[in-house]
Amino acid sequence: MTVNMTKGQAISLQKDDGGALTSVRMGLGWQAAPRRGLFGTRTREIDLDASAVLFADKQPVDVVFFRHLVSDDGSVRHTGDNLVGGVGQGGDDEAILVDLQRVPVHIDQIVFTVNSFTGQTFQEVQNAFCRLVDETNGQELARYTLDGGGQYTAQIMAKVNRAGSGWQMTALGNPANGRTFQDLMPSILPHL
Amino acid sequence: MTAELVRGQNHPVPGTRLEIRVSAGKPIVAGATLCDDRRKVRGTSWVAHPGAPTLPGLEVSRQAAADHRLAVDLGALPDGAHQVNVLLALPVGVAGPVTFGAVAAPFVAVTGLDGTEIASYTITDLSAESAVVALELYRKQDVWKVRAVGQGYAGGLADMLADQGLPEAQELATAINDAVARGLARSVAAPPPRPTDETRVRAAAQGHTSPGRQPTAPEPGPDTTSQAVTPAPADGGQPPQPVAPAAGDATPPPQPGDGGPVNYTHPRRQTSAPPPPPPTAPPAAPGQPARPVAGDATGWSMEERLYNQVWGMFEDLARSASAYRSAVDFAESRMEQELDKVLSDPRSRIGGTGDAAREAARARHGDLVDQARAALDRDLAQLATEAEVVEPALPPAFADWSSPVWQGYRAPMEIPMALRLGGLHLPERPELRIPMLVRLPLERGLWIDSGRSGTDSLADADQLRRLALDSAVAHAARLLASYPPGAFTVHIIDAAGSGRSAFAPLVSAGVLDEPPATGAAGAAAVLTRLTQRVDLVQMAVRGGMADALPQDLDTGEHLLIVNDFPHGFDDRAVTRLRYLADEGPAVGVHLMLVADREDASEYGPLLDPLWRALLRLTPVPEDHLADPWVGHAWTYEPSLAPPGSQVIGHVLDRVGAARRTGSR
Repeated sequence: MTVNMTKGQAISLQKDDGGALTSVRMGLGWQAAPRRGLFGTRTREIDLDASAVLFADKQPVDVVFFRHLVSDDGSVRHTGDNLVGGVGQGGDDEAILVDLQRVPVHIDQIVFTVNSFTGQTFQEVQNAFCRLVDETNGQELARYTLDGGGQYTAQIMAKVNRAGSGWQMTALGNPANGRTFQDLMPSILPHL
Repeated sequence: MTAELVRGQNHPVPGTRLEIRVSAGKPIVAGATLCDDRRKVRGTSWVAHPGAPTLPGLEVSRQAAADHRLAVDLGALPDGAHQVNVLLALPVGVAGPVTFGAVAAPFVAVTGLDGTEIASYTITDLSAESAVVALELYRKQDVWKVRAVGQGYAGGLADMLADQGLPEAQELATAINDAVARGLARSVAAPPPRPTDETRVRAAAQGHTSPGRQPTAPEPGPDTTSQAVTPAPADGGQPPQPVAPAAGDATPPPQPGDGGPVNYTHPRRQTSAPPPPPPTAPPAAPGQPARPVAGDATGWSMEERLYNQVWGMFEDLARSASAYRSAVDFAESRMEQELDKVLSDPRSRIGGTGDAAREAARARHGDLVDQARAALDRDLAQLATEAEVVEPALPPAFADWSSPVWQGYRAPMEIPMALRLGGLHLPERPELRIPMLVRLPLERGLWIDSGRSGTDSLADADQLRRLALDSAVAHAARLLASYPPGAFTVHIIDAAGSGRSAFAPLVSAGVLDEPPATGAAGAAAVLTRLTQRVDLVQMAVRGGMADALPQDLDTGEHLLIVNDFPHGFDDRAVTRLRYLADEGPAVGVHLMLVADREDASEYGPLLDPLWRALLRLTPVPEDHLADPWVGHAWTYEPSLAPPGSQVIGHVLDRVGAARRTGSR
């Protein structure tokens, strides 16, 4: 059963049978908003980049993004950069795999962000979403669809953090501005 | 700002998505070819032309025109493509100029997607040519550059394509000309099926590489003396296909004289038949990790699977250690902060509150470190179990000298994909050794460091020199044993004769064509011979004129071992050696220096590029190699025979016997 999340909502992550999750995938997707007028069907590329920042007690420890596809500890893997978006038509455009068993013990939060590398604002993006999938059986655990876009170039989508012996996911959905995750750091910190 | 290039000049290209604009004044044909790292076009599917205008990452016009715009996405090129050649040609069979001498000098510009010009080049001085390579975009150390080429061909497209190593050059040139002349661009036959090496699966063990931007190289470790372990993992952009001449093999490749360029592809690794299924791990007991099995990785053969599995273990160990070290660092910095806070808090001076806070900080540190250690121990135990099943399954070229597989050694029929140079371990678990496998043919020369620099070993200078020679002989023996009989020739320069006793096993087994060269004259003779060979083969390969090679030139690989460099070397000999180090590997001539860098100190920085070009190996364990993912300093241990074992001598005897009989 997938949970459609709203901004700020947190859910605890566990399998339907109550067992602990071992491996999850954060999938992110988006589509270019259709352009009106002449040549409206010309394809435009919106290069959104998904990143994951690993925090230990509010200090960034490692970042997984298109130039560093695997965290040093190997627990978080980016499946590769998608330069166009919308190809999946509802499927994931970029995905980040998290092997929860291998996340180093001091990492307590992983924040997922999306930013526009080509500089378009989210006004030109539609149907942006992020969803968390149990990688072992392909079951969607949670989905968070962003509301209408605005004049910003990045979104802090969600975070996955330790809660007790397991993990929980929180939908954040906060707008920010920046070309890569470095620019987003000041906006991420309040959410930790 | 635009760089106006002159012929031969190069310029870095900032992005991967580019447009190339051509204007010529008269209608011309524009196309592009892809080359691999040997500057060879792999097949007609690597040529974009009006009859087949799109390739992955490349699009050209469908017809001849005075102005062209070619779209290039360097990040989307097929695997193995290292170079894009932009070519122009005059249409054949239609009214119009037949040589570039009769048209205005063509102008080409490389621009970004937004139209900003990066570099431009006007191709002047053309006369009788009817086809010209205008530019090449090439990759050098993961940076793309553009070079103004301006190489013209009077023989037209056919000559140009043949020069780039395409066997079907004539047919393709005719097809292109037909497509252009008849305006039938769309009806030309579909490109031939993809070459097999493109359909090869990428090694999963190495993680996912972006099809778009290339991931950056891992940050170098803090230890700047560390040297990256160079062999690219199987998906490092090159198809996992050893390229080496295989003379003496059961089915020899086309020999020089057959016409056509030297065939450097492996004769028996071109099958696209599905590989036998990999061994599967037996189902694991609930709650337990699966029991590892040897060969549990992707690959087209057991050998390739084991290679990928070893690299997978290497990566997993690097990453598990990274997780542990990162957690411990964090625990320590947190404890320091907390202790500082206690110290600066005036309340902590009263009573026992300060002590309690200090105690709590230490406990938190201990807890986290214990947790991190538990996670590391879990990973190490799994890797150790895997190593226990993988090591005995390794073929000779990958196996330790202590492996029983060497007892049944027979000369191989084909070249293995990699060679074990030693073992690598981390201080967290020194007994867990990862085989250090490098791809064959060797991409870099080897430097066996006989000096004391960086070594804290107790061995004295003479002992180190002897150990260095012994490990050089062990590496050479393994190389000789890994190639089919006669396909690998070892030359030795031992100017002072100080390595006589160490080289004795090679001499007595009869695996050398001639005894080690001594004295300055002997050294000069060997260097001259090998230099000439490199020059000849290189000219033939570049010029596509392999038939011009002398008939008696063997196509095998060569290794030159130089003991006590630079003893016995004059400036001229040093220059030749540097030439061999730079140019040799590409044409199968490799270098192994046994040297103490201190001995060459009088050359100052002049030899630094030579040392850097070689892979430094030590005769005793030393932590100087870095992994390609995290950059840990790994302790390298050379692969040596167990004490008292005669295994290397026995293997060399069998290699010698196989050489004499020409069979296995």
